[in-house]
Amino acid sequence: MNPKEYKYTKDNEWIFFESDGVGRIGITDYAQAHLGDVVFLELGSVGTEVSQFGKIGEIESVKAVSDLFTPVSGTVTEINQKAVDKPSLVNTDPYGDGWLVKLEISNPTELDALMSSDEYEQLTSH
Amino acid sequence: MSKHHTLADIIHPGRTGCTLPQLDVPMAELPAEGQMRHELRLPEVSEGQIVRYFTALSKQNYALDDGLYPLGSCTMKYNPKWHEDVVRTPGFAALHPYQTAASVQGALKLMFELQQYLAEITGMDAGCLSPMAGAQGELACALMMKKYFQSRGDRKRQRVLIPDSAHGTNAATAAMGGFEVGVVSSDSEGNVDLVRLKNMMSDDVAFLALTMPTTLGLFDPSIDGIISIVHEAGGFVYGDGANMNALLGQAKFGDMGFDCVHLNLHKTFSTPHGGGGPGAGPICVNADLEDYLPAPVVIQYDEGKYGLSYPDKSIGAIGTFYGNFSVLVKAYAYIRSLGAEGLKAVSENAIINANYIKEKLKKYYVLPYDRPCMHEVVFSGSRQRTKGIRTLDIAKRLLDYGFHPPTVYFPLVVDEAMMIEPTETESKETLDTFVEAMQKIAEEVINDPEILRSAPISTPVGRLDEATAARDPDLRWEG
Amino acid sequence: MTSPYIPNTDDIRRAMFDDIGVHSIEDLLQDIPKKYRNPRLNLPPALSEFELTRNLSRMANLNDNLDNFVCFLGAGYYRHFIPAVVEHIVGRSEFYTAYTPYQAEVSQGTLQSIFDYQSLVCELTGMDVSNAGMYDGGTAAAEAALMACRLTHRYKIAVLSTVHPRYYNVIETYANGQDIPLVKVDSSLSNLLSGCACLVVQHPNFFGNFINMEKCAQKAHDAGALLIVATNPISLGMLVPPGDLGADVVVAEGQPLGNPLSFGGPGLGIFTCRKEYLRQLPGRIVSKTLDKAGQIGYVMTLQTREQHIRREKATSNICSNENLVALAIVVYLTALGKKGLRRVAELCYHKAHYAAASINCLAGYSLVSSEEFFNEFLVNCPVSPQRINEALYNAGIIGGLDLSHVVKNGMLLCVTEVNTKEEIDRLIDVMAKFAESKNE
Repeated sequence: MNPKEYKYTKDNEWIFFESDGVGRIGITDYAQAHLGDVVFLELGSVGTEVSQFGKIGEIESVKAVSDLFTPVSGTVTEINQKAVDKPSLVNTDPYGDGWLVKLEISNPTELDALMSSDEYEQLTSH
Repeated sequence: MSKHHTLADIIHPGRTGCTLPQLDVPMAELPAEGQMRHELRLPEVSEGQIVRYFTALSKQNYALDDGLYPLGSCTMKYNPKWHEDVVRTPGFAALHPYQTAASVQGALKLMFELQQYLAEITGMDAGCLSPMAGAQGELACALMMKKYFQSRGDRKRQRVLIPDSAHGTNAATAAMGGFEVGVVSSDSEGNVDLVRLKNMMSDDVAFLALTMPTTLGLFDPSIDGIISIVHEAGGFVYGDGANMNALLGQAKFGDMGFDCVHLNLHKTFSTPHGGGGPGAGPICVNADLEDYLPAPVVIQYDEGKYGLSYPDKSIGAIGTFYGNFSVLVKAYAYIRSLGAEGLKAVSENAIINANYIKEKLKKYYVLPYDRPCMHEVVFSGSRQRTKGIRTLDIAKRLLDYGFHPPTVYFPLVVDEAMMIEPTETESKETLDTFVEAMQKIAEEVINDPEILRSAPISTPVGRLDEATAARDPDLRWEG
Repeated sequence: MTSPYIPNTDDIRRAMFDDIGVHSIEDLLQDIPKKYRNPRLNLPPALSEFELTRNLSRMANLNDNLDNFVCFLGAGYYRHFIPAVVEHIVGRSEFYTAYTPYQAEVSQGTLQSIFDYQSLVCELTGMDVSNAGMYDGGTAAAEAALMACRLTHRYKIAVLSTVHPRYYNVIETYANGQDIPLVKVDSSLSNLLSGCACLVVQHPNFFGNFINMEKCAQKAHDAGALLIVATNPISLGMLVPPGDLGADVVVAEGQPLGNPLSFGGPGLGIFTCRKEYLRQLPGRIVSKTLDKAGQIGYVMTLQTREQHIRREKATSNICSNENLVALAIVVYLTALGKKGLRRVAELCYHKAHYAAASINCLAGYSLVSSEEFFNEFLVNCPVSPQRINEALYNAGIIGGLDLSHVVKNGMLLCVTEVNTKEEIDRLIDVMAKFAESKNE
């Protein structure tokens, strides 16, 4: 159920490596189900440099706040304004329209440290 | 489904809800046009309509005078009625805070004696009544300990240790005090992990914030070890006294080595919750910290008169005046009406009631710590979760049984937590009815889970759309 | 001794011990080290309700209460007429014995009244949003200043010198927690504002006078700082609200709106601000919403700002507030209504001006400031305020606040709608006794 082409982190983020050196980041279905209705996104700004597993934002639901960590290092190139305006997209379409941030990946080898869809499936199946 | 009533429904231009006297002095020139307001959109309603509106609203509330509130860590005990009368007497209600000390000796005497009683009950050396809530009392303690170290040139102590079971205010307070928070984990018994504490405790820690009994409703038997680890490294131990109801007459914070403590008068000392306040959060401290107490404290002069004083090294004022005076009066009345024996009977009965519920419910709900509890007991809704029902659903279904739910999802260290504190003012019959409801709900989880998911069905409103309220808040009247 | 507050009796407890599986309370207290057990509580012996009601009554009689004295004290806490309907509603146990409305389905009474409160105070102050109230005016000002620091990422707070000195003290105590310095500025408002998160002002100020709000707003905003205005909510019945004069945050002491003096507490900290600051607003906030069946209901919202969720990153550590006082404010403002609050403000204004003009006529007395004022004014007296207040006391009057440490023989007098012309004339008569003789 987790898209096979995506890579995953133990903090329940996913990253999809777009062809032009840009990575698209979001949170997984498991994460959104756990959070409940997402009500607010704090996603920083374009141009910010981030390092792998560092905090890059916050996702708020009614009853909780969850830190967003980046799976890889890079520079933020785009924030999903549609999701910022309509946070429920993160719940209804976490892998598609509910994406959060795009960034220019500075070190593609970091992707190797991430989990595959099967490995993530195992982690979250308990 | 009845029509929703708002004030707007009963507003009509020209109506008024009160009478005022005529002007009996010559009119002065009014301020310049630019200073005068042109529009004041306040309601215009007659008195009778006001009364009906608020009476209808009041009937949509569940309150302590209706029934049990088994809220862990809230100590929702019965609010004695004579206290309400006492505070309305003009001799207490009609006093201006700027009146001279000579003209308010009765008020100051009451406050002085209350300071002493609370210090005696907690085993401390001095007290201050000005914090207006528990969280403010906590903040006062944090600021005092901070100033203590700074005044000794010790600027290294930038951290505070807090157990993972602690209330959110402990962490928020530490941050307001400019401290970083280090979290100490609990062991499998629900006690502070002494090894972890020892590793984390160093000369960069100002204090450990410790709730006793813990937020799990348990008395940590290694209290001596905890206190000595912190003191040996030169830090203080601050006691979160929210659970004082278990300790009245059973043990004193000061005897155990705590350095400062806050109390919640609206919990342990029976003052009403008011739908969220006013409460009061007085603090009691040992001799080391006495000089740092917030201003003012009440003192007694040699000739027996009372006055307000500014401690030598005070952290300053934390409120405009002297604290929530009418709340203090109620707590004073309570202590005077119970005395030492009465206070001990309070904690004993609170503990018995909680253990009774523990025994009656442990077959139905997972009990993470099966040992004698104090005044509250924590269960986990984890067994029910395997059937697809969450603690939230259980709580909402309890509303249909006519009870306010227990504290839910706290402490964080217990999965799907339900913290139940009956208090000593509940009868065995009430406890049995509550237990019966919880048992029935446990059965419903298995036989009719859908009824839990749709609960509550018998309250004025059903479950509310909190997501929309957060995404698109609607915070005031339109127009 | 059997307590009326403990329903279980010995026989009931014995049955419960059996159910629990223990012999006595001792078996339940084993975790407490024996050396701490059974401490002695040195407290006076318990007395009956009858005896204590009498004791407390005697204690209350040791106080000079304002039902027996005329009073001209103000300075942050004010004596106003409270319609009986306020206490009757606030005295309903469904309101005063209820808990914080976390379980919204059974707390609609509390929640809707908070929504009404939020609406009413926003209307009064001219701001967009309000929280459910803070502890008092001083702490509201302090929390507003801290909020300004969070919003601007500047960590310096400017306070105008005419702000209530106690508010200054409270702001300082709170700011010390985060090592944020305060800067006192005078009315010239020179460039001390650079690098400040906010400018805190009071209008009308501590001495009762109007301040130049336009200048304060301009200076604050030019420096990129927020303008925080502390005000008197009764004055808002007739004066332009600070929200229309450039305020970014308006705070106030809510006590005057339907609450007794009660020796300084409980009051309530009104806290209203621009809607852009909503996510940084401390304290509880209530929103209107719908339930599953489409019924209108109310619920606490944006709880992720608060301590129970955000913990060390919360906007404040506040948990309990002054909710019942907020209810009193709603009933008061509803009972007085649009015309009533205006009328109360005007009565205060005209009576205060009558008193001030009369005092100004007395030889040796003068108003310290010629600036406009609402219902408080600072007077320069010919002798110490202490002497005058002693004489007033003997005439059954509690005089103004002694501010001789600020201005020589300075007395801050306040007049409200509860002071009659006769009372004001009596004040003047006594004060006249100290007037300088024209022949000297």
